Amino acid sequence: MESLIELSQYILQNLINAAQRGSFYAVISIGYSMVYGVLMLFNFAHGDIFMVGTYIGFGIATLFLAIFAGFLPGPLIFISTVVVTMFLASLIGVFVEVAGYRPLRNAPRASAAITGLMIGIIFETGILILLGAKRLSFPPLMESVTYHVGGIYVTNIKILIIIISLLLMLALHAFIQKTKWGMAMRAMSYDFLAVPLMGVSINIIAPLTFAVGAGLASVAGILYGQAYPILDPYMGVIIGWKAFVAAILGGRGSIKGAALAGYLLGFIEIFVATIFPSTLRDLIAYSIILVILTFRPRGFFGMEHSTKLRL
Amino acid sequence: MRKTIVFTIVAFAFAMMFSPLAFSARKTIIKIGINAPLTGDIPKVGEGTKYAALMWLEDIEKAGGLEVGDKKYDVELVMEDNESKAESAVKANTKMITQDDVLAIIGPQSSKQAIPAGEVANKYKTVMISPWSTNPSTTLDRPFVFRGCFLDPFQGPVVANFITDEFGFTKAAVLYDVASDYPKGLAEVFKQAWEKKHGAGSVVAYESFTTKDTDFSSQLTTIVKSGAQVLFTPQYYNEVPLIVKQAKELGWEGPIVGSDSWGSAETVELCGEACYGLFFSTHYAAAGAKGATKAFIDRYKETYGYIPDDVAALTWDALQLAQLSIQNAGKITGKIEVDRVAVRDALAQVKDFDGITGKMTFTEEGDPIKCAVIVKINDRGEYEFYKSSCP
Repeated sequence: MESLIELSQYILQNLINAAQRGSFYAVISIGYSMVYGVLMLFNFAHGDIFMVGTYIGFGIATLFLAIFAGFLPGPLIFISTVVVTMFLASLIGVFVEVAGYRPLRNAPRASAAITGLMIGIIFETGILILLGAKRLSFPPLMESVTYHVGGIYVTNIKILIIIISLLLMLALHAFIQKTKWGMAMRAMSYDFLAVPLMGVSINIIAPLTFAVGAGLASVAGILYGQAYPILDPYMGVIIGWKAFVAAILGGRGSIKGAALAGYLLGFIEIFVATIFPSTLRDLIAYSIILVILTFRPRGFFGMEHSTKLRL
Repeated sequence: MRKTIVFTIVAFAFAMMFSPLAFSARKTIIKIGINAPLTGDIPKVGEGTKYAALMWLEDIEKAGGLEVGDKKYDVELVMEDNESKAESAVKANTKMITQDDVLAIIGPQSSKQAIPAGEVANKYKTVMISPWSTNPSTTLDRPFVFRGCFLDPFQGPVVANFITDEFGFTKAAVLYDVASDYPKGLAEVFKQAWEKKHGAGSVVAYESFTTKDTDFSSQLTTIVKSGAQVLFTPQYYNEVPLIVKQAKELGWEGPIVGSDSWGSAETVELCGEACYGLFFSTHYAAAGAKGATKAFIDRYKETYGYIPDDVAALTWDALQLAQLSIQNAGKITGKIEVDRVAVRDALAQVKDFDGITGKMTFTEEGDPIKCAVIVKINDRGEYEFYKSSCP
C-alpha cells in the first residue's frame, strides 16, 4: 500500500515536470504552425526568435527591476515586463517577415525555408557579437516558493508557467476564432490565392502572423528564464527543433494540434527518462514519435489538402 | 628574369644573416616557449598563462638571469598564440622548437591542443609541460611530455574519499552529461571508486542527460526518490546552476558535490546563493590560501587587478618546474639537442617539488602525484580552501 502511494506520488511529480516542459514546447510550436497555416512554409528561424525574445525579456526585466523594484509590486513588474517584451519581440517577428521572407515569397519553397536558417544564424552570431559568449543569468521576477503537498514538490513558478501558457493559448484561440483578423488568417490558410482577391492583403496578414508567433515565443522566453535562468545565444536551437517536431506531430498548420503535441512531447521526454535509463531518453522518445508519424503521417490534426502543397 | 632570381636569393641570404635567428645559436640565451590560447574560445586562459609567465620572467630578470651551474644566463620568453585550436598549437610548437630553439615549452593548456602538440614536442625531443591538460593521452608514452595537474579520473576517488570521511554517507547519486567526455569519464570513475568503498549498488541513482539540456526534472525526481544522501555532478558552470536550482525545487536536501569543472568564477555568478555551501574538488583555491600560494595570489592581484585562477597558478608551477630542472641539469652546453635531453632527465627526477598548487612527484608517465584541494563555496560566494584530499 505504502509503495503504491509512493509510486503515485512519483508519477504525479513527473506529470508536473512534464506539464512544465510541455508548456514550452506547446507555446513555441504554435508559432511554427501559425506561419505554416498562412504562408505554407516553416519558419526555421522561430527557435532563434524565441532566443531573441528571451534576451529582450532579459533586458526589459533587468531594466524594470532596476527602476521599479521597491515601489511597484512584483506582479505588476512581471506583467509590464511581459507586455513590453511581447511588443518588442513582435517587431522582431515583423522584421523577419519583411526582411527575410517577403523578398522570397515567390521563390521556391526550399529557398524560403533556408532563409529561416540564415536568419537564425544571423540572430545567434548577432547576439554573440553584441553580448559576448558569456552566459547571462535571467533575473528572477518573483521569489521562488516551493510547496510540499502530499509528497509532491511544486514551485509557484511551475504553476505560473503552466497557467500562463494555457491562458496564452486560450487567448490565441479566441483571437483566431472571434476577431476579424483571426478570420482573415483562417481564410488565408484555407486559400492563399483567392483571399487576397477579396481585399485581404497577404502583406498585412503575414507580418501579423509572425508578430503573434514571436510575441508568444517571447513570453515563453520570459517563463523559460524563470525556470531555467541561464541564457546563451544557442539556447533556441534544440528547443526550436523539438517544437518543430511538435508542430509536425500536431499536424501542419493546426494550432490545436501543435499545442497538444507540445505537451505530448514533454510527457514522452520526461516519462521515457523516468522509465528507461536516462541515457536512452532522446533515442526512445524520438523513436516513439517516428512510429506515431508512420501511422499518422499528417500528424494529429493535419489537413487533407496539405498533401498537395509544395513542402 | 635570372637577375631577379639571383637578386632575390642574395637579398634573402643577407636578410637571414641579420635576422636574430642566425645569431641565436651562438649566443647562449635560454629560451622558454609559451604556447597559449591568447585569442579564440578561451582568451581568459591565455591571459592567465601570459601573466604568470611574465611574473616569472620578472623574477628571473630581477635576479640578473637564470643561474645554471655557476653561470648566469639571460632568459627569453617566446610566446605563441594557439588561437585555442589544435592545428595552431601544433604549428606553434613546431615553430618554437625548429626555428626559435626553445629549451622547453610551457603549454598548451587545454587537452584538445596539448594532445596533438605533445606529439610534436616528443618527436623533436623537447620538454613540454602542459600546466592544465587533464586528459591521460597528453603524456601517455611520451617521455618528453609532462603536466602540472592531476588527471581527470584521479578526482573520482578523491571526491569519494572526501564524501565518505566528511559526511559518512554510504548512498550516492550521480548526474552527468553522457555526450561529453569529461563528465562521462569522471562519473564512471567516481562510481567505481564509490562502489569499491561501499559495495555494489551503493550508487543508488546513476542518471544522465545530453549536452544543451536544461530540464533535469525527471532525472532529479528519480534521484530524490532513490534515497541517495549525496549528489555528485561533474558538470560545467552553465549546467551546475540549473541542476542545483531544480534539485532544490524537487525536494533535494543533501549536499551536492562537483569537480574542477565547477571552478570557473561564473558558476557562482550564475548560481547565486543556491550554490553557497557546496563542495567541489579542484587544483587550487584562492580564498584561504597560505604561504607561497598566498604570496603568488597577492602579487598577481596587485599587478593585474584580479585574483588568479587555477590556470595561472598551474602555469606558475610549471615554470618553476622548468626552472628547477634546467638548474638541476647542471650546465648549458649550447648544443640545444643535448641540453633538451638533459633538462628532460632532470625533470623526470624531480621529487617532492613544493609548488603553490601542492607537492608534486612525477610518475614515469610524466604525471604528477599530488593532492587535490576540496573547495567550499562560502557564504560570500568565494571559493574557500576547505581541506586537502589525497587519493
